[in-house]
Amino acid sequence: MTEAPVVLRLDGITRRFGALVANDGIDLDLRRGEIVALLGENGAGKTTLMNILFGHYVADEGVVSVAGADGVLAPLPPGSPHAALAAGIGMVHQHFTLAENLTGLENIMLGTEPILRLRKRAGAARRKVEALMGGSGLTVDLDVQVSRLTVGERQRVEILKALYRDARILVLDEPTAVLTPGESEGLFATVRALAAGGLSVIFISHKLGEVLAASDRIVVLRGGRKVGEMATAEADRRRIAEMMVGREVPASRRTPRERGRVLLSLERVTVAGDHRRSLHDATLEIAEGEIVGIAGVSGNGQAALAALMAGLVRPASGAMRLHGAPVARHDPRAFARLGIARIPEDRHHDGVVGAMTVAENVALEDIREPRFQRAGFLRFGAIRARAAQAIRDYDVRCQGPDIPARLLSGGNIQKLILARGLDREPRLILANQPTRGLDIGAQTEVHRRLLDARARGTGVLLISEDLDELMALSDRIVVISAGRLSAALPAEGLDRGRLGMMMAGHDEERAA
Amino acid sequence: MIVVEPRATLSRPLAALAPVLAGIAAMLLAAIPIAFAGANPIAAYGYMVSGAFGSMFAFSETLTRTTPLILTGLAAAVAFRARLWNIGGEGQLYAGALAAVAIGTGAIDAPSWVMIPLVLLAGAVAGALFFLGPAVLKLKFGADEVVTTLLLNFVMLLFVQMMLEGPLKDPMSLGWPQSAAITDAAALPALIPRMRVHAGLVVGLVAVLAVWLMMKRTVWGMEIRAVGENAPAARYAGIPVTATVLRVALLSGALAGLAGVGEVAGLKGYLTSDLSPGFGYSGIVVAMLAGLSPLGVVAAALFIASVFVGADSMSRGLGVASYIADLVVALSLLSVLVGGFFTRFRLRLARRTPAGAEG
Repeated sequence: MTEAPVVLRLDGITRRFGALVANDGIDLDLRRGEIVALLGENGAGKTTLMNILFGHYVADEGVVSVAGADGVLAPLPPGSPHAALAAGIGMVHQHFTLAENLTGLENIMLGTEPILRLRKRAGAARRKVEALMGGSGLTVDLDVQVSRLTVGERQRVEILKALYRDARILVLDEPTAVLTPGESEGLFATVRALAAGGLSVIFISHKLGEVLAASDRIVVLRGGRKVGEMATAEADRRRIAEMMVGREVPASRRTPRERGRVLLSLERVTVAGDHRRSLHDATLEIAEGEIVGIAGVSGNGQAALAALMAGLVRPASGAMRLHGAPVARHDPRAFARLGIARIPEDRHHDGVVGAMTVAENVALEDIREPRFQRAGFLRFGAIRARAAQAIRDYDVRCQGPDIPARLLSGGNIQKLILARGLDREPRLILANQPTRGLDIGAQTEVHRRLLDARARGTGVLLISEDLDELMALSDRIVVISAGRLSAALPAEGLDRGRLGMMMAGHDEERAA
Repeated sequence: MIVVEPRATLSRPLAALAPVLAGIAAMLLAAIPIAFAGANPIAAYGYMVSGAFGSMFAFSETLTRTTPLILTGLAAAVAFRARLWNIGGEGQLYAGALAAVAIGTGAIDAPSWVMIPLVLLAGAVAGALFFLGPAVLKLKFGADEVVTTLLLNFVMLLFVQMMLEGPLKDPMSLGWPQSAAITDAAALPALIPRMRVHAGLVVGLVAVLAVWLMMKRTVWGMEIRAVGENAPAARYAGIPVTATVLRVALLSGALAGLAGVGEVAGLKGYLTSDLSPGFGYSGIVVAMLAGLSPLGVVAAALFIASVFVGADSMSRGLGVASYIADLVVALSLLSVLVGGFFTRFRLRLARRTPAGAEG
């Protein structure tokens, strides 16, 4: 294969935020028809780099050049999304930017026409979009309101929107985060077809597997620097993981263990709520010393299940039993007292109070216990001692117990939450997306803690969107889809394809 | 090009200095309209300082003005800490004053050491209850307390007027809509003979210390801070959010109610519908100037009181309208907000040229 011409060149891009160097002299070439995977942990600088490319940020140093129609590279004016669009750069953000009350077609046209003329020019636009759909396999009903489309369909609208603007360079930011395995494969096939047609693609990810499946070349960022670049054909998983983390990565794996007595049972539990936050007729058992994994595409009732397990909501019907006894009080404090440790999905939003100190956050759940207060007055000595111990035992990297928790990185905040919940030797752990957004080192640490707890006989409910994590840790896996739980399947030897089908639900695509 | 970036760490001296600098900036900015009004700004500020602090009498007047502002400022600060936006200090102040008058004008006959605590308690309870309604509506139905508390101010003022025209009207008042006088036993004593500054100031300072201690050192204070800074996380960790919000509402309303007691039982002696020239609203400014810190409330209240008292004297001396005082207060609030921005962010001159890396 002869080398295709370069369509995009990043040259020594540096961007600082205060003392933090988010991008440090990054060079990157993108050729015509090429798919480059930009791989890195959270905070590696992927998103910053793409925001510079798209004009949301201005680089402190360095130049972005894009090939014009004549194929000659010309510098892109910094800080102008308009210039980026005009130069043919299209971006599909992780969080979609669609107007839910408009149709797919209107969304695609939005911004290219004055808003009042959308309908006038619809005919020409429809012909163009239909041609694009034919050429790429990106099919979606253009006349349905976006609010009624599935996540996968919305993503297709986003991509069509970029193509409609004649994008020659397409940036996909964590495109598979919201897709089922089947949908992800569909997306990769589409991207391949588009690349064969001459589109150049940068796709951002921190998932190794999909990067190997879907790209021509891999660029690894770590700590704001480019630390590796290789053809995908020559890459191997282990080496890339090490590049991302900067050291060797031990794999997390459970060891077989006898299943103990049933700790927690749900019998036909229904949690009311709108359709994204409801749970129907859920039946589930968690035994001592077992990890039950909940697999599912996000927004299928995980939030309701997690809220139920955290004590935030009470069931509308059905029975929830702990050690055979019905749960009487559905409130977070009562649950904590019953020995349920809870790791919230959004650790910044629900996990810590950022403005309060590390010590205060560690003590927050137990603050009314006599060891932390006397007659309503706080015992600062005991609180700080507990925090200092948590910092030591859980290796929380911070400048001490008295700094605000918001100054900690995501991984260290998660360690803080683990310390708070696990230190009281819980009987049951709710771990909701416990490793989302964490770097591999912190992920391994979280896995180790959960496996240790399991070895001590603690039951764990692990809700995760990461199939690898679920397969490695869970004894049994339950699939959640449209608010319903499947029967529990032994994780040993479970077929991923079958899991994917179950996650997609029966005819969820059409029903939604 | 100028880049705005967050500061990595909050500098404590800077955070403490910011309100002072803001006050100075406000004074400098207000000098412009003073000059336009035809007065020499330096002379004007000279009159203001001597009017507020120039004599024992002036200082007593300033402290008298400070007293209700400490309590309404504290009421706002404690509520704002819990993200409970109490704009109803004015109404709660009148509720407190009304209760003080209901109890303290002869309905009960007891010695001072019974009457004074009783009047204070009645005012605090009335203020607290008057804020309870909006707080419950917020918790139960998500009703915006900014709207409910603000509108209740007018409801309370009309109610006071109704009472002053009706049941509470003093038969000896020659037709003026005012209540009977607080009895001597129920009146808050003056702190300095023949001056107007009264024991309400002591009540305010004690309240400041108590609230400061509570916020810093108690479980309740920690729960209030947690709920205010991140209510979902507090709830997740098992903090009783509803109880905490109710507790804050009662406390905030009680403090504003005490301000009303002070005005009626310490200063005026009887209730009229112009008892407060907006102390409830000024309390919000005091709380913001104080950065919601209980101790800072004292300094902020003193500052605002001295601006108002001083402006009267400036107005008399130079013929400049005393509305300048409102201007200075408004400008200092704006300056504090801008100053708050600069304590959290800094401006940096950035160069676009890809020159050699620095720092």
